[in-house]
Amino acid sequence: MNAPTYNFAYLDEQTKRMIRRAILKAIAIPGYQVPFASREMPMPYGWGTGGVQVTAAILGPKDVLKVIDQGSDDTTNAISIRKFFAKTAGVETTTSTDAATVIQTRHRIPEAPLRAGQVLVYQVPIPEPLRFLEPRETETRRMHALAEYGLMHVKLYEDIARFGHIATSYAYPVKVNARYVMDPSPTPKFDNPKMDNCPALQLFGAGREKRIYAIPPYTPVVSLDFEDHPFTRYKFDAPCALCGAEESYLDEIVTDDKGSRMFVCSDTDYCEGRQAAGHRGVESAAPHKEAANG
Amino acid sequence: MVEVTGASDQPLLVAEGLTKSYGRLAACRDVSFVLYPGEVLAIVGESGSGKSTLLQMLSAQLAPSGGRVSYRMRDGVLRDLAELGEAERRFLFRTDWGYVHQDPAQGLRMAVSAGANVGERLMAVGWNNYGRIRQTASSWLERVEIDVARIDDAPRTYSGGMRQRLQIARNLVTEPRLVFMDEPTGGLDVSVQARLLDLMRSLVNELGLAAIVVTHDLAVARLLSHRVMVMKEGRVIETGLTDQVLDDPREPYTQLLVSSILPA
Repeated sequence: MNAPTYNFAYLDEQTKRMIRRAILKAIAIPGYQVPFASREMPMPYGWGTGGVQVTAAILGPKDVLKVIDQGSDDTTNAISIRKFFAKTAGVETTTSTDAATVIQTRHRIPEAPLRAGQVLVYQVPIPEPLRFLEPRETETRRMHALAEYGLMHVKLYEDIARFGHIATSYAYPVKVNARYVMDPSPTPKFDNPKMDNCPALQLFGAGREKRIYAIPPYTPVVSLDFEDHPFTRYKFDAPCALCGAEESYLDEIVTDDKGSRMFVCSDTDYCEGRQAAGHRGVESAAPHKEAANG
Repeated sequence: MVEVTGASDQPLLVAEGLTKSYGRLAACRDVSFVLYPGEVLAIVGESGSGKSTLLQMLSAQLAPSGGRVSYRMRDGVLRDLAELGEAERRFLFRTDWGYVHQDPAQGLRMAVSAGANVGERLMAVGWNNYGRIRQTASSWLERVEIDVARIDDAPRTYSGGMRQRLQIARNLVTEPRLVFMDEPTGGLDVSVQARLLDLMRSLVNELGLAAIVVTHDLAVARLLSHRVMVMKEGRVIETGLTDQVLDDPREPYTQLLVSSILPA
């Protein structure tokens, strides 16, 4: 590998120590937002500065890192963060969910079930679930402290009053360990059930807002709802066009300028794994595919 | 006149020697009184007489420099408000108490619908059934004479009078026993004021509410309250039954206040 001209994983040891202390506190109080002294990173806010700092703090030389952006391993953000750690830490990187020990993610949880020992690091833009209802930070902190979460239901009420159902489809609020209400970062609500009782450790880093929070392994995570309008994980009308998966989260891909489109798994690793195992969707018989499959 | 049906003979709220000073300036000096369930007390006086300071101390939003306020909780125990924890105080504030602000924008969430405004207190105490919350909200909108068809409109689309009525509905939905009102008719035109006062009077009677109303408008005091306290320069200078104080004022200052009402 490259001889690192940076300290291991870019950040200096004192900074990593500070972040680890915040992470430990976050794990001790599931769902509670721990303030930390977020550093400037060599990337703009909004590109995962929080997630990168958390990853840098927990990465060891033997870790295997996977980075996904909207489920995909091959978008700009995912590739550049993977390269960043390959260069500054010299760790092995992978696109396989199964082979990874640390997975940094933006907006998705992998389809393949996570196992004990893995760490999922989320990039979080706005950690405060009450932000758009109560702009005062002093007030929201007090509301968390006293577990006054009636306001969260006001938002869900508004959804039903306006759209007839709970229309919040991402950043869907959850209650962690029957205590703190938490914003699961802008993951689709499709992924919410995966957070519940998950064997992997889940860490959330918000760089601009300078907050870290966590869900320890095997912690109950409940999506908020009403008795008569329960939480539903939406289901897609058709299976993935490439691998035929019925139970995965799909992306819409525009294929020409005449309105044609196809729906494929957003988790590229999952989709490729299924195709390699011989699963086929309706559009996987395209000529170039056949040529590639030989 | 103060004969209130179903009122218990135990006081609901007791203020003892309430004082608030800012350095050498005494905003409120040695105010004591007792409020019984179902009783409406008006605090009148000119601007700067300490009415609002007193109301804030009574509703535990401001810590007094001296004296104390005790409140009889729903379990019947009289407790010093200063000794309540913050959680208890906030719980009291959104269940057993109501607070009607002069400016509805302070008491309402202007960007969320009327239904959610009324339902917020219910959700805060753990109601978790959308249908029931909505039904309760509509019945309250009806009671305060707001067209139920407007339940999904945000209060910023409402007129001033409607906003004030919505604020009242939002406060009364948890059936509080005590409501604080700070100039509830301020900034409304006369016909809207009359309608609002009518509504408040019937609600107070129906629900057997106790209320403390701060106002500089003696007509409001006459219409709503059983008892009146007149304040001047932070002190209570005269107190008594509303009719008695307004028809036969003893203090020169009260006489001045009463005589300065424009003849109708």
